[in-house]
Amino acid sequence: MATGERGEGGQAAAPPKIAVIDLYKSFAGREVLRGVNLEVEAGESLVIVGGSGAGKSVLIKHLIGLITPERGHVIIDGEDLTNCEPARCLAIRRKFGMSFQEGALFDSMTVFENIAFPLRRHAHMDEAAIVARVQECLALVHLDGTGGKATSELSGGMRRRVGFARAISLQPEILLFDEPNTGLDPITSAVIDTVILEMRERLDVTMVTITHDMKSAFRIADRIAMLRNGQITAIARPDVFRSLADPYIQKFLTGEPLEEEVA
Amino acid sequence: MSAEQTQVSGVVGVLESVGRKSLGLFEEIGRFFFILHATVYWTFRRPFDGKEWMRQMVRVGVDSLPVVGLTSMFTGMVLALQTYRGFERFHAEGFVASVVSLSLTRELAPVLASLMIAGRVGSSLAAELGTMRVTEQIDALYAMATEPIQYLVVPRVGATTVMLPPLVAIANGLGIFGGYAISVALMGANPVTYWEKTFQYLDLNDVSSGLIKAAVFGLILSVTGCSKGFFTTGGAEGVGRATTSAVVMGSVVILVSDFFLTKILF
Repeated sequence: MATGERGEGGQAAAPPKIAVIDLYKSFAGREVLRGVNLEVEAGESLVIVGGSGAGKSVLIKHLIGLITPERGHVIIDGEDLTNCEPARCLAIRRKFGMSFQEGALFDSMTVFENIAFPLRRHAHMDEAAIVARVQECLALVHLDGTGGKATSELSGGMRRRVGFARAISLQPEILLFDEPNTGLDPITSAVIDTVILEMRERLDVTMVTITHDMKSAFRIADRIAMLRNGQITAIARPDVFRSLADPYIQKFLTGEPLEEEVA
Repeated sequence: MSAEQTQVSGVVGVLESVGRKSLGLFEEIGRFFFILHATVYWTFRRPFDGKEWMRQMVRVGVDSLPVVGLTSMFTGMVLALQTYRGFERFHAEGFVASVVSLSLTRELAPVLASLMIAGRVGSSLAAELGTMRVTEQIDALYAMATEPIQYLVVPRVGATTVMLPPLVAIANGLGIFGGYAISVALMGANPVTYWEKTFQYLDLNDVSSGLIKAAVFGLILSVTGCSKGFFTTGGAEGVGRATTSAVVMGSVVILVSDFFLTKILF
């Protein structure tokens, strides 16, 4: 029903790259998402912010089909990811590159093998082309020459960046970042943001980032969305977002406690 | 009145816990068959990962050979020792060879080898997949449009299922040799008669039924290990729990299915 409405209405304007329609999900009886609606335009960088446990990770995992919702749809380029054949789902997922919280690098492989993994699985490239592409990706995240390292030798910031390199190796159309700055010092965090901005400049991608780091959100976002109580409560350009009157957002921006949560 | 209420709530409590336990059991069975079904589905779809199959076959087969061989050889030795003591009482020492070869090929080699593999391989499958689950490596595979069942589970389950029969065949040989060595060297049995008796009552069916069992046990224990690992939750502790229960469940299911396989099929 909702899909149909959107399909008809979306004909006139440019259709969104990602459309989330009325998404519901609960775990063990606790409702995490309660009707999330969201549209991401092609080429924009959307940052979703929200408190710990607000369901940000759950939402971003829905976008790529890692979690199946109870109700609602995730539409990628007009195709419903929540209702597709397994093989078609895999094909839709190939449009994505995702960077995970702690990198989620394969610890049985070296840095090179990690980045080469999606290429070997999907790209049908010869070895020389794979080597060249891996080096290109490593250069993009400023990690030239680390290909031979074991993933256990990397620092937290380096792990994220290797994760980025792996996510972009297949030239995805959409990049998802799950808490790219969590657990990093402010300087490393700024480096990560710079790398994200650079990737954005050089690659023609749509980006969705979730974070609770407002500094980082203002650095990398075209639009910022607030996820609270399982719904998107506000979505706006960074300068507008900063001046929204919503008391929760103001407290979130200044880092002050909410009265109800202190008690 | 209040005593009655307490009684009622006590009954409800018992019913609730019975319900929860049985739900848990059904969930477990459901996961097992989910993994089994998905494994079969993805086994016959491209891309085929020959290198990974090979790696897993070495890990399951070649690397398990010492422990399976030792287990079986000593079982054959002890079997010869025990049956000799028993059969001696009614002067049937000549049948020791037949008992050793029959019980090894039909029952002991497949079951004991599978139990050892459940401990060695089932646990490591659960630990490996469990760690990959809690560190989001399995999610990362999905995100890279790679079906984790196909990439991780298919070669592991396949290799275990394929490698168990040859392992058991070798175990059969070593066990029979163990029995032979003990009987001839310690009990003074005639080597030629012992050898003859070993094969006199042994049908091809005895050996093949044992090997079929081995393949089924391999399938069961690897699917159990993978499903425990695949559905791990709760960090390092969860991985520990998955590993333990992969071995315990795997072993129990092997023993239970052994009975039914023996009863129904052979």
